[in-house]
Amino acid sequence: MAGDPMEIDGFKQQQGQALCNPELLSLYYRRIFPFAEMYKWLSYGNDGKHPSCDSSFFGRREFSFTLENDIYLRYMSFRDASEFEATVCEKRPQKIDIGAVYSVDPAKRLAYASVSNDRVFAPVEKELVFDVDMTDYDDIRNCCSGADICLKCWPLMTIAIKVVDSTLREDFGFDHILWVYSGRRGVHCWVCDARARKLTNEQRASIADYFRVYKGNENNNRKVSLPTHLHPFLARTYSQFLSRYFDEEILIKQSLLHPQENADKVLKLVSGQGMSMQYMSSAYSELPVQLEEKKRNNRLLPDEINRQRWADLQRKLMQKRGIQVELVFTYTYPRLDLEVTKKMNHLLKAPFCIHPKTGRVCVPIDPEDCDNFDPTTVPTLPELFNDLNNGDARPVSKDWERTSLAKSIRFFKSSFLEPLLKECRCQLEASHHKKLQEMSARPNFTW
Amino acid sequence: MAFRSIGAGGRAEDGGEDSRGGGAGAGKLSFYEAAPDEEISLEDFEEYALDRLRVLKEIEEARSRGKKMEEMDPLVSDLWRKHMGSDSSKKDVISHFILRLAYCRTEDLRRWFLGIESVLFRHRFRCEMPAAQQKLMDDCNLPYKAMTSAEIEAVKENLESVARSTNQVSNSKMYYKVPFEDVPELVSGRKVYLRRGEAFVPREQLSFLVVGQFRSRLSKALVLTNRKWISFIAGEEKDRLAPMVEALSTRYLGPDYTQPKSSNEIALQDLDQLAKASFPLCMRSLFFQLRDDHHLRHGGRQQLGLFLKLEDALAFWRAEFSRKVGVEKFDKEYAYNVRHNYGKEGKRTDYTPYSCVKLIMSTPGVGDHHGCPYRHFSEDKLRASLGGLGLNSRQVSSALEKTRSQHYQLACAEVFEAVHGCSSDGINHPNQYFEQSRALLQQPKVKQMCSFSFNDTVEFFSQEEPASGGENNNNDANEEKTTLMIS
Repeated sequence: MAGDPMEIDGFKQQQGQALCNPELLSLYYRRIFPFAEMYKWLSYGNDGKHPSCDSSFFGRREFSFTLENDIYLRYMSFRDASEFEATVCEKRPQKIDIGAVYSVDPAKRLAYASVSNDRVFAPVEKELVFDVDMTDYDDIRNCCSGADICLKCWPLMTIAIKVVDSTLREDFGFDHILWVYSGRRGVHCWVCDARARKLTNEQRASIADYFRVYKGNENNNRKVSLPTHLHPFLARTYSQFLSRYFDEEILIKQSLLHPQENADKVLKLVSGQGMSMQYMSSAYSELPVQLEEKKRNNRLLPDEINRQRWADLQRKLMQKRGIQVELVFTYTYPRLDLEVTKKMNHLLKAPFCIHPKTGRVCVPIDPEDCDNFDPTTVPTLPELFNDLNNGDARPVSKDWERTSLAKSIRFFKSSFLEPLLKECRCQLEASHHKKLQEMSARPNFTW
Repeated sequence: MAFRSIGAGGRAEDGGEDSRGGGAGAGKLSFYEAAPDEEISLEDFEEYALDRLRVLKEIEEARSRGKKMEEMDPLVSDLWRKHMGSDSSKKDVISHFILRLAYCRTEDLRRWFLGIESVLFRHRFRCEMPAAQQKLMDDCNLPYKAMTSAEIEAVKENLESVARSTNQVSNSKMYYKVPFEDVPELVSGRKVYLRRGEAFVPREQLSFLVVGQFRSRLSKALVLTNRKWISFIAGEEKDRLAPMVEALSTRYLGPDYTQPKSSNEIALQDLDQLAKASFPLCMRSLFFQLRDDHHLRHGGRQQLGLFLKLEDALAFWRAEFSRKVGVEKFDKEYAYNVRHNYGKEGKRTDYTPYSCVKLIMSTPGVGDHHGCPYRHFSEDKLRASLGGLGLNSRQVSSALEKTRSQHYQLACAEVFEAVHGCSSDGINHPNQYFEQSRALLQQPKVKQMCSFSFNDTVEFFSQEEPASGGENNNNDANEEKTTLMIS
């Protein structure tokens, strides 16, 4: 590995420097990984001294580790933050996954296995999660494929974040939503409201289905099929996000209608609905020539062609607006991995992990500012190592404050953690109060 | 025999509410809260149960053909009248409780029973008079608030939008604010307007809520019944009831594929040949996809893996996958799943192979090849696949017609008949297709000859040239048939 300049998934590796190795990971866990903040999050207020606290709560959460030699350890659990930190530092996992909170400590589950009723060791709570992966968009990407990503296709993730985030808030009423970069080619979403954590598998599946639009598979061409009149959620999604992003980002960055072979891909989707490919692409071959005659700048030319062709296509589809809408949905609407959302026992990678192939940190993404998120500038492990050694020498209370990760961790704390914990405290307070009321209403014992 | 000790599963704690179908004439539709307090003969015991099971099975069949709600309502009414009679309260309650016993014993059985009884309840509820519906709703104590007309006015456009998007008339005057958790079916199908976690449910769709109540009550009751069965009954009633009850759950769903039959285990080296001859289209396409690509996504691995039940499944999957991803990666990423499917990891359940209904209802996505091809393939792709099986154009058209009218299992049966020259006993399960195929092909050839169809010879004796690949295959098959006739 050392000495070769390799191109890994589009990111050029520095000569002689690995992106992620056991030594760097060890350093990361010992000095940077925000254990205290993760513990506070996953305890949901049960780490305090409040009488309503459930001190067993954190210990009943399942974690899983993927170690260096791809050994996979499930049903790990920790009593508190220090045990969590100590075990992670000792084992240096390449990946930490977070699972559900179970009825009993997962490490003790086998003690309950002999009881035939399968409810005794069972998941009790779990965040509602979503996973968006760029490879699910391969059929509409012209710039990259597979594990590669670039700034031309990243807008697809931006759209996914905006659509899912706004719907979770406006339609479902959730407030405590954390978006995380997956380290390479996608994003994860964690919905942490108490109401979300208590959802059953059936309810999770219904939310996943609410989002589901894309119905293509390898054996069927028609990918998106929408009714003539859209549900308010889809109508709003189209007018607020999809139409705009299609026109301003996807059409141009993916060069959907130029050159001809790109245009053909699009036309194939809309033709056969009473319109031939020939009709649809008429005037397409003349267009580049016409613009050439006006001696435009070479760089602008493809953008102009795309816009003109899109305008032409929209005109031709005017009588069949439904098709145009479906087209825009096909090229922009979020494609979620629904299986991840549907089951409580699904484990998802923890925020602030390092992706072993890219060395990038799984940093939170601000949904309000996701247009400006750039996956190619996310801090990598070697960069953090550099920051620690050569960065600011001023005294700081935590080492991470010295690194380029400081911004992300501060964002995690102020935008997500603090509001969440405030609400958890209120809820603990309220349930405590209720309990007291119930107790005082009970009749007295007589001996 | 009396039900009191086992049927209710919690009646003692109920506080004695007794007007919910605890006997004849207490109202037709109920939540089956109270166990019947009757004596019936053992013959009736079995007959009532089987009649109800017939209703449930036909409902399942209709759903797998994709029938809409409005079509199901009259269908269910007819089925009910046909098998349960018109004055059926007593039979209704008794048969329900008997089937509870039969279907409480494992999680799969409970899930099936819960699902199908909920469908039955929903359609019976929808067919009830408004007064009866109201009574049932009151009985559930649904805690939902009716919206004021001002509130409705504020979101009128959105409500109308939802109604139009689902092709429903929106002249409802009454709407209720319901937490979205309580109406998963409406959320799933985007059939309701949501705002900040509240669903605005029109009165007509309240049936979902009542059904939801029914479901959750039955779900709890089933678990309780199971506990009671285990601890009290199996011993006491071991010789009398237990065998009958246990047979009920395996009887009407077609053959039971949960127990691995060692005599049918497939040898690795025969797989290719078996796949060509005896796999149903769903498994065949997955199998050959795997052979071509040396890879399948999760849904496909599940579906094919459970179907195959190989003795040495791990070797099979490893051999295929390692061609593409390498042995090491296979062992790290996929082996766990394969062993999990065969009960060697985790929960250690030996998963049941998927039935046709389950495949039809599945949702393959990008890059997936699983599901039921008659449902999920486009017509072109299906046509090509059926041609590849050696069907002639008439047979392909016939099968396609069935898929267009959403009779997916009938299409598969047609294909079975075209391939084997002999009709099947109905296709409800891929393993069933496979077994019937093996049974036919392993029979002595004389029997095959008896089922030769005269129509096929007409094709052969016509003077037409063989047109394309598909046609050539058919000619070969016909040649073989004529040889048989001579010998």
